[in-house]
Amino acid sequence: MTFDPYASSRETTEGTVFSVTGGDWDSLVTEIGEAKEERIIVNMGPQHPSTHGVLRLVLELEGETVTEVRTGIGYLHTGIEKNMEFRNWTQAVTFATRMDYLSPIFNETAYCLAVEKLLGITGDVTERASAIRVLMMELNRISSHMVALGTGALELGAMGPMFFAFREREMVLDAFEAITGLRMNMAYVRPGGVAQDLPAGMTSQLRELVKTLRKNFKDNAALLIGNSIWMKRTEGIGYLDLAGCTTLGITGPVLRSTGLPWDLRKMQPYCGYENYEFDVITADTADVYGRFLVRMNELEQSLRIIEQVLDKLDTLDGQPVMVADKKIAWPAQLALGADGLGNSLDHIREIMGSSMESLIHHFKLVTEGFRVPAGQAYAAVESPRGELAAHVVSDGGTRPYRVHFREPSFNNLQSTPAMSEGGMVADIIGAVASIDPVMGGVDR
Amino acid sequence: MTHDQSGMFGASGTGDTSGYGGLVRTQASFGSAERPYGSYFDQVADDLERAYPDFSDAITRVVVDRGELTLHVKKERLVEVAFILRDKLKFEMCMGVSGVHYPERTGQELVALYPLLSLTKNQRIRLEVATSDLDPHIPSVVEVWAGNNWHERETFDMFGIIFDGHPGLTRILMPDDWDGHPQRKDYPLGGIAVEYKGATTPAPSERRSYR
Repeated sequence: MTFDPYASSRETTEGTVFSVTGGDWDSLVTEIGEAKEERIIVNMGPQHPSTHGVLRLVLELEGETVTEVRTGIGYLHTGIEKNMEFRNWTQAVTFATRMDYLSPIFNETAYCLAVEKLLGITGDVTERASAIRVLMMELNRISSHMVALGTGALELGAMGPMFFAFREREMVLDAFEAITGLRMNMAYVRPGGVAQDLPAGMTSQLRELVKTLRKNFKDNAALLIGNSIWMKRTEGIGYLDLAGCTTLGITGPVLRSTGLPWDLRKMQPYCGYENYEFDVITADTADVYGRFLVRMNELEQSLRIIEQVLDKLDTLDGQPVMVADKKIAWPAQLALGADGLGNSLDHIREIMGSSMESLIHHFKLVTEGFRVPAGQAYAAVESPRGELAAHVVSDGGTRPYRVHFREPSFNNLQSTPAMSEGGMVADIIGAVASIDPVMGGVDR
Repeated sequence: MTHDQSGMFGASGTGDTSGYGGLVRTQASFGSAERPYGSYFDQVADDLERAYPDFSDAITRVVVDRGELTLHVKKERLVEVAFILRDKLKFEMCMGVSGVHYPERTGQELVALYPLLSLTKNQRIRLEVATSDLDPHIPSVVEVWAGNNWHERETFDMFGIIFDGHPGLTRILMPDDWDGHPQRKDYPLGGIAVEYKGATTPAPSERRSYR
């Protein structure tokens, strides 16, 4: 056999080891054909279209059966938690929002709820601000579930659902852009409230959006629910029961697919979720199909919540969206202009033209920020992937002393071996897709 | 909480005409909470005392702050307490572990916090375990809650806390051959100064800071 730099073999105490790094597949097959056993170790990722980002899976295979899975992460580590210690309490939101890039609003809300707990102003956040947070979170849940469903289906070989899912997601992102000026990483939720009120006429626009989405969701439902090819790829795959979920700390759709109706929005309500009527969706199959159904049906519940929030917002018109305490309500005034979110011109006119005290106040709050009493707090929200919590420690200064995020993707990804070992290699893709990990959140 | 602070702007060695440089703020310290703790916390404490005879020895402090119950546990008793909390008090889930580094707390520099969740009773509590920089060992709770595996690896990676008994304590986010533990307070943030249109903005960690 001639030397092949891409498919070389060497002798070890364990037998012949073949290393394949690309190149000529035929020469490998010939050589493996001469070997007695079929144990193959495959490196899947970190650059692989089906691994949901830079996730590395080291698979040990016997034929097509997976005997061991090891998960390698850390390729997207950005040091967000450390960086937050070097910015003031409000600036830290712009870091938090960039962790799990599919659910930025949830990252911001978890962090802000923890900061508000530390400040002792949880009860002072206005009803309107909380309602807007709920509205944004539920819109975000839809846009995030759309990626989970669309890319999940694509990875299993179904292309149509992705087109529909991204069509819907695009509309939700347009709504985000109209409200915050940005399609992702909005830094819209701030300690004490939200950055600015909804633009005029937004509630009626969103009612139209809800109608369109409700109609459009039927397309994907018709394509996938009961589709025999889809069922064959998902039913009984990636099984993880309730005991497995509790010991692995798994929450979100994966936990609900075991039949336990655990949803923090119901169990430990925050932002006024107790005021809205919605159902907690469960499945009892504990497999990829069950998780798919949970996400699919949660879309309708999100729409129900959004409708109730919109009605509520109409009655709360004119209420402030930031706490009254001007020592916390930073940044002083923002407005959405043609070129995005920025300081409102009225405010600039005031601080630059008429009021020295306003200028001093603005300057102090923007450069120095507010102080947060010493202590620690833990605030959890139900993100599209499960319990997303912020553990925030303050030493009494203008910057967080320590922020830790309990990321559901990070935690849930641990279940990959439990879901995949003993199954077929092709089913790993379905199992990982059903966890819906977002590597930006996993690695932070 | 952490340490006394003097001055206000983090500047030293420069002329201070404001007078704020002489300001010293003493941090409030949280003592042990007194009964009644309020909410379901008394129930949790009672149940734990009943189920665990060594309660007074193992739990050094009980802190109730901002509506959260924190039990300070001696590190050598952590696994015992964890088993009781899981099996007798139905805290089925551990939501991970979060490290904090307090360089000023001599002998207690490294702190690990375990948020626990009971699905059965819909309750949350938190365990706090402290150890010293010189002996950064804390027993692993992976045998109690398997899901803490990655969380402990992360805290080891970021803070250098060694979780004894962990099935494979290796770095998880940083490269395997990385030096140091990035989220410790003695580890610099790094970053470089940026020049733009002739003006130089220093790296974030070098900028003047307000405390």
